[in-house]
Amino acid sequence: MTYVTSSHSGRLDVLDRERPASYAPPTSFRPPAFVENSPRRRRRLGPGPAIPFGLQIGPLALVLIWTAGSAFGLLDPRILPAPWAIVGTFGDLIADGRLQSNFLTSSVRALLGLGFGIVIGLLLAVISGLSRVGEAFIDGPIQIKRAVPTLAMIPLLMLWLGIGETMKVTIITLGVVVPIYMHTHNALRAIDERYVELAETLRMSQRDFLLQVVLPGAVPGFLLGLRFAVTLCWVSLVVVEQINATSGLGYMIELARTYGQTQIIIVGLVVYAVLGLASDGVVRLLERRLLSWRRTLAH
Amino acid sequence: MAPHARSLKAVEVRRLTRRFGDVTILDDLDLDIAQGEFVALLGKSGSGKSTFLRALAGLDYEVDGTGSLRTPEKLSVVFQDARLLPWRSVIQNVTLGLGGAGREPGRKALEEVGLAGRETAWPIQLSGGEQQRVALARSLVREPALLLADEPFGALDALTRLKMHDLLRELCARHRPAVLLVTHDVDEAISLADRILVLDQGRLVEDLKVDIKGRRSHGDPRFGAIRSQLLSRLGVDVDDRSAA
Repeated sequence: MTYVTSSHSGRLDVLDRERPASYAPPTSFRPPAFVENSPRRRRRLGPGPAIPFGLQIGPLALVLIWTAGSAFGLLDPRILPAPWAIVGTFGDLIADGRLQSNFLTSSVRALLGLGFGIVIGLLLAVISGLSRVGEAFIDGPIQIKRAVPTLAMIPLLMLWLGIGETMKVTIITLGVVVPIYMHTHNALRAIDERYVELAETLRMSQRDFLLQVVLPGAVPGFLLGLRFAVTLCWVSLVVVEQINATSGLGYMIELARTYGQTQIIIVGLVVYAVLGLASDGVVRLLERRLLSWRRTLAH
Repeated sequence: MAPHARSLKAVEVRRLTRRFGDVTILDDLDLDIAQGEFVALLGKSGSGKSTFLRALAGLDYEVDGTGSLRTPEKLSVVFQDARLLPWRSVIQNVTLGLGGAGREPGRKALEEVGLAGRETAWPIQLSGGEQQRVALARSLVREPALLLADEPFGALDALTRLKMHDLLRELCARHRPAVLLVTHDVDEAISLADRILVLDQGRLVEDLKVDIKGRRSHGDPRFGAIRSQLLSRLGVDVDDRSAA
């Protein structure tokens, strides 16, 4: 406040000096410096306060544009059917049970893959994170596995495991293991040296050190890995189901493509989107539970 | 303190030398600390005070060195940062590694540092001063015979620091551990310690008893005299610092 006014008057001084002595400024000319520069009027830097329901505005706008486009006949229904047509198809698919049964098949595959992947990834990360010998044996192969895209391994896995459920779940598991391992291992190794020192001065046992310091400290890393893993399990699902399947959401979409049923494709995509967002939401809920020690009083 | 208690040693250091490569950090140090004695260790940065404290705490694994060290089994360290595990509640931090048996003493220790009722809070919910009090409680609950403190109040604001001085004085009077307080604050050293050491280039260049009974005020001429002596030892020109 003071700063603004003084800089203002400073500039006026300069002007005054340059003016001819005979010039008398009209009294009304004086700028109302205090009112103009009142801090209430100044815009804060930065993007400003959050808009309520800010995240929902974009998707809603897209749906509105889509609806308007269909209503005015601007969108060819073969390219993109109207929203109400999609809703109709959605109802039909539920009525004849196709959506539910495909959804169930897909979910079982994804969750099995996710479950196995979490257990295996976590186990490997703990072994490799807590012992140098374990790291020597495990870390290299995982890094190599990471360099090979899981999807590129499909042909090999088909030869080994056939085209049944085992192959599908294995592909998803292999995808999930990597982010779980990477982030958990990283977090285990990144334990703050200061806490190690503390544990030493407190003469903590190896067991207490692991249970109180190392493992809880790695939980944030694990949860980050889990968020990647959850998204990845649905992504892998799409691929395995579109290559060689006779059931599942991916199969339903693939079949619809063959018959040119755009509405069914879109219903499938919407279900994928909802699944992806919902599972991310579940992990974030878990994060809030497990990481409550991170929240400050303000939350 | 009774003379017979003085004769019992809490710490015995003989010919302690520590090196990092070619640089000698601690140079042939000898030191005895009596049981229950409060010793402050002053020194410029780089004088080796932290190295000395870490040697006493047994935290200097990768350092070359010779000499002998005798410290009590029951030893606690208070660091400059409170060093609380953010994912453990306040009471869990205090009783870390003690198991269920530590719970009741832990609660009492928290009460002693004025944090009764905050057992289940997370460290992040506490102020800097409160976190340092939890760290003190964590040390106390172990009933240490030697308390090592590495600039424990260095990160606190001036007012909080004064309150912490009172608290530490009170706690030491009650539990009577031997204390080695590393600090760069001359006034802190004078107002807390029975004895003040100055470390310079790895050697103890000053060993001074503080014989001011009762409350030590900055206005006391003896306080001022000790202060000038220490400051000049630390290489600060006293005349320039127009008697603050």
